Amino acid sequence: MIRSEIIKNLVPVLSGQLVVCNIGLPSQEMHLFGDQPSNFYMLGTMGLSSSIGLGLALAQDKTVIAIDGDGSVLTNLGTLPTIANNVRDNFILLIIDNGSYGSTGDQPTYAGKKTSLAAVASACGCENVIECQADEAVDVVEAAIASKKMTIIICKCISGNIPVPVITLDPVVIRHRFMQAVEA
Amino acid sequence: MQLDKIVIDAFEKNKIELVTTVPCKQLSGVIAELEARESMTHIPANKEDEGMGICAGAFMGGKRSAIIMQNTAIGVTINTLVTLTQFYRLPLPMLISFRGELGEPVACQVEMAVHTKALLAQLGIPTYHFHNRDDVHELDEILKYTFMCNKPVAILTDASFWKGE
Ligand SMILES: Cc1ncc(C[n+]2csc(CCOP(=O)(O)OP(=O)(O)O)c2C)c(N)n1
Ligand SMILES: [Mg+2]
Repeated sequence: MIRSEIIKNLVPVLSGQLVVCNIGLPSQEMHLFGDQPSNFYMLGTMGLSSSIGLGLALAQDKTVIAIDGDGSVLTNLGTLPTIANNVRDNFILLIIDNGSYGSTGDQPTYAGKKTSLAAVASACGCENVIECQADEAVDVVEAAIASKKMTIIICKCISGNIPVPVITLDPVVIRHRFMQAVEA
Repeated sequence: MQLDKIVIDAFEKNKIELVTTVPCKQLSGVIAELEARESMTHIPANKEDEGMGICAGAFMGGKRSAIIMQNTAIGVTINTLVTLTQFYRLPLPMLISFRGELGEPVACQVEMAVHTKALLAQLGIPTYHFHNRDDVHELDEILKYTFMCNKPVAILTDASFWKGE
């Protein structure tokens, strides 16, 4: 299974939830398969999906699911200690770990080699760290939402991409409808 | 009254509820004051771009946020300032210690000081420079202005300002 299939399968589980979606193809796939006002699409700023998600979870009580990538977490590795030390039980970080910088042409990341992001997250002090396979993603995310415990999910999958259109929504429109969904 | 307290009072008055920080020696008093303040959540960040991401999320979650950092962090955060804070039109007060100005003991700090205002000007970021103690009285208006225009705004605070007790 590749990332786009995981995202497609997650659409029903994420329906109505506040979702922060990583730069590049993950946002484009989410937009294609399951666009909703409560999705915040990052059009740039590689690395900050988890940080934006944490800030959002700290500021209000609704569940927040930040979808991130292995390459993006590696570029902002400082995020994991911050998350571990500022526990918010409405926060779920879903790292789709395809072992590559998928959006730029599947160049391998160190997460696909010797580095285990699950072990890194645990070493940083994160408490509910779950590594799962692509076909378990729906069940694991559903259980994490139901658990009402801050959860870090590392979902392993193979790299590969499908053609998806870019997002042409204006960033201010994305932000405006997202903030309305937060308040609703 | 102590400058540290005046600064955090202005934050509080402007309903800032979440502040991220990366320390600077010049900011230790203001960070301690923030940490002690019940009405505000203090989230230390490991890097300033991470802190700006947290601030963006907090603002969209309905809480006004701000960052406290050193001017060297302008070099760290340019991509985030333009592709997140400015692109999505998010307000972000940045209380910045302006190292490398008069009174600076560390030569390396001057290297970033000479680029600080030029970089902020290039980015189109409204910039205020607090040099005298009395300049602090503009902070309240600057914060109002920031949340009026939905932009990142820089408040550079140099060594002379912090010494002017
Ligand atoms: C500072 C910066 N460097 C490089 C890029 C180019 N870039 C965009 S997405 C991406 C890959 C992200 O990989 P990952 O987080 O693993 O997500 P995937 O696409 O694999 O799902 C890269 C390198 C960028 N946007 N910003
Ligand atoms: Mg990847």
